Amino acid sequence: MHIKKIITGLSLASLLLLGGCTSNKTGKSEAVKHVGVLQVVQHPSLDEAYKGFKEGLKDGGYVEGKNLKIDYQNAQNSQDNLKSMSDKLVNEKSDLVLGIATPAAQSLANTTQDIPIVVTAVTDLKAAKLVNSNNKPGKNVTGTTDMVSIDRQIKLLLSIVPKAKTIGIMYNAGEANSKIQADLAIAALKKAGVKVVVKTANTTNDVQQVTETLADKVQGIYVPTDNTFASAASLIGKVVKEKKIPLVAGATEQVKNGGLASIGIDYESLGRQTGKMAAKILSGKAKPQDMPVEKATNLKLVVNKKMAKALGIDPKSIKAPK
Amino acid sequence: MMNTFWDLFLSATSQGLLWSLMAIGVYLTFRILDLADMTAEGSFPLGGAITTMCLINGVNPILATLAAFGGGMIAGLVTGILNTKLKIPALLAGIVTMTGLYSITSRVMLNAANVSLLGKATIFTMAQNLGLSHNNAVIVTGLIISLLVIGLLVIFFRTEIGLAMRATGDNPEMSAANGIKTQNMKIWGYMISNGCIALSGALLAQNNGFADLNSGVGTLVVGLASIIIAEVLIRNLAIGGRMLTLVIGAIVYRLILALVFQMNVEPSDAKLASALVLIVCLALPNFKLSRKNKGENKNVSSTEN
Repeated sequence: MHIKKIITGLSLASLLLLGGCTSNKTGKSEAVKHVGVLQVVQHPSLDEAYKGFKEGLKDGGYVEGKNLKIDYQNAQNSQDNLKSMSDKLVNEKSDLVLGIATPAAQSLANTTQDIPIVVTAVTDLKAAKLVNSNNKPGKNVTGTTDMVSIDRQIKLLLSIVPKAKTIGIMYNAGEANSKIQADLAIAALKKAGVKVVVKTANTTNDVQQVTETLADKVQGIYVPTDNTFASAASLIGKVVKEKKIPLVAGATEQVKNGGLASIGIDYESLGRQTGKMAAKILSGKAKPQDMPVEKATNLKLVVNKKMAKALGIDPKSIKAPK
Repeated sequence: MMNTFWDLFLSATSQGLLWSLMAIGVYLTFRILDLADMTAEGSFPLGGAITTMCLINGVNPILATLAAFGGGMIAGLVTGILNTKLKIPALLAGIVTMTGLYSITSRVMLNAANVSLLGKATIFTMAQNLGLSHNNAVIVTGLIISLLVIGLLVIFFRTEIGLAMRATGDNPEMSAANGIKTQNMKIWGYMISNGCIALSGALLAQNNGFADLNSGVGTLVVGLASIIIAEVLIRNLAIGGRMLTLVIGAIVYRLILALVFQMNVEPSDAKLASALVLIVCLALPNFKLSRKNKGENKNVSSTEN
């Protein structure tokens, strides 16, 4: 038995060595890959996604400073800069570019039709016309969607407030991703026979008023993965605690800072998934055209115990719905 | 390196040409009428939205782009009425319209925040179909449109109504005393200005491949910076020449920004870098020799003769 193991071990080792030799001859493994990154705005979730992306590349064998050079561009929410930055990344002959959030992804896709593009933190790649279909992109773009199962989130909320007659939804109408999710949530609630009140705010400055108005009208609140509302999470937390309204949010960060529960996406692991896809493309194992768009693999239930106690709910009673 | 700079230059030129219409629009209110008009940040995304919605519904790209101009004019009409008939101060009137336009633009885009144009025919793909590369198509189309707009404006400012408008900006009391309907002149100025700005938004949406509700943020600064750069580079020009230099100003501003991005500034410092660029541009005239005081802008000389 032992001898067999040793033999297989030796043969594997020799194969690896041979493989190493052959690839060294072509000089491919020594080449430094250039990756350009374009992000719309500095934001906790998006920053996490970028951090995860680098981890994912590392998992795939690409390490910054060794065989990988990253050029990171952030438009700081001035969309007029997206095009200049896209041009820069494309003109630098990047081997691959990453677009973080919808406008960045669209700007890159509009600038190059040949450099492979991976995107992350985009809710609906098909609606943004980045891919022909999620299973077979057919263009030079693929990536990960941050679309979470809205149905499950609504079920989670309704399991916490089973007697609710009216549920509130609030988001920033200026965020394409939020709008898509809110519409799905409205549909899911209507299907469950619950009335829906929708309120929108365009800046964090309006969030408090919107939350207060909504909390007076409903027995539970749902917030999609919305950048504006996630930024104002602690403020929202104060209001819902005072008004004793359970709040389920799409983003796990928001729950940590002032919601009750979420079955949400961990943006760092979403970015990591994206990084692994990018590594496959860089090593020539796959082409974006044929790589199906991936959903987040690890959704997690997050419960804010302090908030639960403040609302008089036993945190253990909150379970992830199927 | 040389090659990169050439690419940079081409990219800045193609975008600068499209932004020049923003600069021209801001110039009409800021310099000719001597008003600060914030409507720009609302009419810019409105123009992008109108054109994008027209294009995805199969309207001819030229008509779709013209429709944006019309939409911008209506936005300007609203600000003009608020400012002149309802006596709301110009700055506030612009902010009020800009705020309201957010919802209007959202309505135009059927309540979406972002509408994609990827793969749709645009005014630039029309030029590409004539055998130009994408960048050249943008440069040629941008040149044609900006020169056309400048030409039309030069002709307009030689007409009686155009001269009356310039007089209104230079000296409202004297103009009124000479029988010019100054209120109407201001309204017309607002309308043409915001028409140009919406046109800029329409062209940029087609160049970027999407219309976005939040794309107006910071656009007024782009227009102002282009004007200041143009005035610093070449001073004391007649109106036609001045508008031509606005195109150069817009291109130079894009080029400066592109160079800032090249320097790989820390992302969180990028805004500061842009602000410093603006400070340098705005302060430069102080180091020039002659100074003329004109209204609020004591540090910048400009002539409208």
